Amino acid sequence: MTAAATPATSPATAGEQLGVRLARSRRNSELSLLLLAMVLVAAYGATVEANVLDTVTPDFWIPAAALGLVFVGLHLVIRWLAPFADPALLPAVALLNGIGVGFLRRYDLARATPAERADLAIFAGTGGRQLAWTLASVILAAGLLALMRDHRSVSRYAYTLGLAGIVLVMIPAVLPGRFSEINGAKLWIRVGGFSIQPGEFAKLALLAFFAYYLVRKREVLSLASRRVLGIDFPRGRDLGPVLVVWMISLLVLVFEKDLGTSLLYFGMFVVTLYIATERVSWLLIGLLLFFGGAYLAYLLGASVGGPFANFYDRAQIWLDPFAEPYDRGYQLVQGLLTLGTGGLFGAGPGGGQPTLLPEVQTDFIFAGIGEEIGLFGLSALLVTYLLIVERGLRAALEVRDSFGKLLAGGLAFTLGLQVFVIIGGISKLIPLTGQTTPFLSAGGSSLMANWLLIAVLLRVSDGARRPVSAGGVAARPSGTPPEQLHGAPTEVIRP
Amino acid sequence: MNAPLRRVGVVVMVLFGLLFANLNWIQAYKADDYRNSDYNGRVQVAEYKRKRGNIEAGGTAFAVSKETGGRLQFVRTYPGKDKYAHVLGYKPVNIGDTGIERSENDFLAGTSDQLIANRVKDMFTGEESGGGNVLLTISKRAQDVAYAQLRGNEVGAKRGAAIAIDPRSGAVQALVSMPSFDPNPLASHDTAAASAAYNELKDDPQRPLANRALAETLPPGSTFKVVVAAAALENGITKETMIPAGRLYTPPTSGSSIKNAAPSICPESQVTLKKAVQDSCNTGFAKLGVRLGADKLKEKARQFGFEQEDLTVGQLGKGGHQVAPSRTGDIQDTDVPALAQSSIGQRDVRMTPLEGALIAAAVANDGKQMRPYLVKQLLAPDRTTSFYTAQPRELRQPVSAPVAADLREMMQSVVTDGSGRKAAIDGYTVGGKTGTAQSGPNDPDHGWFIGFALDRNGTPISAVCVMLENAGKGGSAEAARISAQIMKAAIADGGGR
Repeated sequence: MTAAATPATSPATAGEQLGVRLARSRRNSELSLLLLAMVLVAAYGATVEANVLDTVTPDFWIPAAALGLVFVGLHLVIRWLAPFADPALLPAVALLNGIGVGFLRRYDLARATPAERADLAIFAGTGGRQLAWTLASVILAAGLLALMRDHRSVSRYAYTLGLAGIVLVMIPAVLPGRFSEINGAKLWIRVGGFSIQPGEFAKLALLAFFAYYLVRKREVLSLASRRVLGIDFPRGRDLGPVLVVWMISLLVLVFEKDLGTSLLYFGMFVVTLYIATERVSWLLIGLLLFFGGAYLAYLLGASVGGPFANFYDRAQIWLDPFAEPYDRGYQLVQGLLTLGTGGLFGAGPGGGQPTLLPEVQTDFIFAGIGEEIGLFGLSALLVTYLLIVERGLRAALEVRDSFGKLLAGGLAFTLGLQVFVIIGGISKLIPLTGQTTPFLSAGGSSLMANWLLIAVLLRVSDGARRPVSAGGVAARPSGTPPEQLHGAPTEVIRP
Repeated sequence: MNAPLRRVGVVVMVLFGLLFANLNWIQAYKADDYRNSDYNGRVQVAEYKRKRGNIEAGGTAFAVSKETGGRLQFVRTYPGKDKYAHVLGYKPVNIGDTGIERSENDFLAGTSDQLIANRVKDMFTGEESGGGNVLLTISKRAQDVAYAQLRGNEVGAKRGAAIAIDPRSGAVQALVSMPSFDPNPLASHDTAAASAAYNELKDDPQRPLANRALAETLPPGSTFKVVVAAAALENGITKETMIPAGRLYTPPTSGSSIKNAAPSICPESQVTLKKAVQDSCNTGFAKLGVRLGADKLKEKARQFGFEQEDLTVGQLGKGGHQVAPSRTGDIQDTDVPALAQSSIGQRDVRMTPLEGALIAAAVANDGKQMRPYLVKQLLAPDRTTSFYTAQPRELRQPVSAPVAADLREMMQSVVTDGSGRKAAIDGYTVGGKTGTAQSGPNDPDHGWFIGFALDRNGTPISAVCVMLENAGKGGSAEAARISAQIMKAAIADGGGR
């Protein structure tokens, strides 16, 4: 065990060294990177207008400026509330979010009649709504930063969050289809014209609970009983919680008909379990359970049908989307064709035909963008995602308490996994499932939840990089979490 | 906990590496496949972005693209409707294209190599200059007449075909297949409506989509006697040679006997070859065929164009409408009844109307058969440059000039004194041959006429074939009458040139 094993109450030498190295807050770097991102978004908007309208209107910069204002506002909040937060996170997320809004606005232009195009109001259409959602999400993220001055305070509400998470996951499953089902997946709560995806928020709540639970149980879970092929396997009775989460994720798979969400929850849990216990065996058990379960669901879908049929269908489409190119495979085929049409350089922002691709504003937004910015542009977006994830993991590495490590590590990995599931899905790497593409897809739930996730990462990275002298770790707020959270000795003596 | 966190970082990198590799596969390796996939709607959008060129005949455009303002920017329209359907073919959005629209697609769409200079120019000027224009050999007047006369035929035939060609060049002057269809609904951008229209045409028992002038064969009946007569002339028989005839011919082995169409036709035991042609003497030709033998008949038919499987009518030697091969069938010297029946264009002999016109054209043109074609010229989008002008080519020479002259004389006597009197045109020398072909035990006969018109100088101006499917009594005379009308129109239009 490295830093985590060291009692947080006495950060000792490592902590002091870190404190010296990270004494600079680097908020100015954040601001300049943020402005660079907004310049890119403005340039994107201008190119779109040049391509779609054949002219750049004098107002092309307004959406980028509005976004810029919102993000600079968050930047100021960070300066005030989390001055030592990672400076790369906000600009990277802002770039993705800005490109998302820009593309949705571009999609509105493609669908609008020439008359409507002339004056597309700033908050009009999908793009405008996404802009409004961005504003709301950023305010929410700032609120979370203000409310949660120390990430460890979250652990106090761990059980409440865990329960809330399970309830949020279960609601769409138990609701009748007409309130919860869109495109065959029961992931929504639909009231009137308004729909939210509770799963997006459940992700965060469940992860906070996992982190708390695993920190408490890690000694037990890392007890090895048997060594097979050089890998330590846990005792049978310790498998309980893993099996419970496995069951839940399979139930999600079956009742919400959504492989992606199920994979996401289970992957999230297994990886936090692995980080907490350092036992590779948990990863293996988890992978075996998941793939075994998925294969079983596939077989059941083929023979029994019923609730498993949806998953079986999706697997079939994945295996050969061109078998029914106008029917079941239509979406995926069109997604692939759209990506392929983009080629290496793409048609240029505004030069593609996103209206030909169904669900281009949500699930397939990455393909829609890919048609216009090509492989090179998509690679840049992938690297931006990777940067966010690795920065999150870095915050987890640097933070001194186990809860923070699990929280940040789990969240960062979950974000990466979600990106993998949806982009892998639309590019036929894995079966397609209805996940949102973080920060790009149209939709308030996803955007809000992911901004909250970023707020947590910002908070943890602030805690990690804050010099001890600045009093961040030492001056713990009232209601300090129980001692064992901060890394009780975890050395395991093997028999 | 840091070691597993680092490993998780590596796992995420691996996952993203997989995404990156997969995107490379799709956007680089498979990009061209996907870009040009049949399922990719962008292919169509790009195709319909450029104004497709016109197909014109006699200075009038019969296939025109019009701006729609919709997703597909241009819609193909056919102002000639049914009249030109079988000449032009059609170019629908998601049904297969046909005819000239298909064979000249690259030039019409502006994507052919010939038009590269235009596309480069477009790149600099930022304008879309559209596709090139295709000019056809069709004579508007001859086509009008052929379409109107065929539809208004006086024997009430529902199906038939007419084709006229210029014997000197092979240029098609008129081409009509009846019943025809309106290609406009097929080109509709409402693809469901277009498919419905197509299915309706496809399921129509009269088969309006079939091009009966080029792609359908029927027994030619007595028109085939021209081929037999040509074989006879080359085998020591002159037009004045007496050949055996009679009221009835029963082949020696077995089979039903062959009669003449009327008791008044060649009841004598012997008639001249000319008289046999003039009156369409069945017994005479049956005996003549048996005397000549199967090989000579088949060889002569082949020299006239029978059995040719790769003939197309479009741009010379470069695609176009596929022509069905005309066949003599499997005739053996040992099977005398079959040989006798084949000699009068029955049994398994099958001919396209085009082949009928080609036989008449070769006779009219001193034995030289010109390759038939429809595309006269390819014009640049701005109509200033010509990229192609048809240079007529000889397809083959079925008979020598003297034999052709003898055949002409005999065929002229058919029009002046024989069964094809209705084909006569004032001031012109017209020759031809009628044909009445039995189609089935209970079906009415098909009426045929193949013929040609020469001007005062003996220059051939038009060769024609009219076929009236199941026309019944008087069918061949009506076909002769219609032939004259078509040739008259072609003459009035300057021979279609």
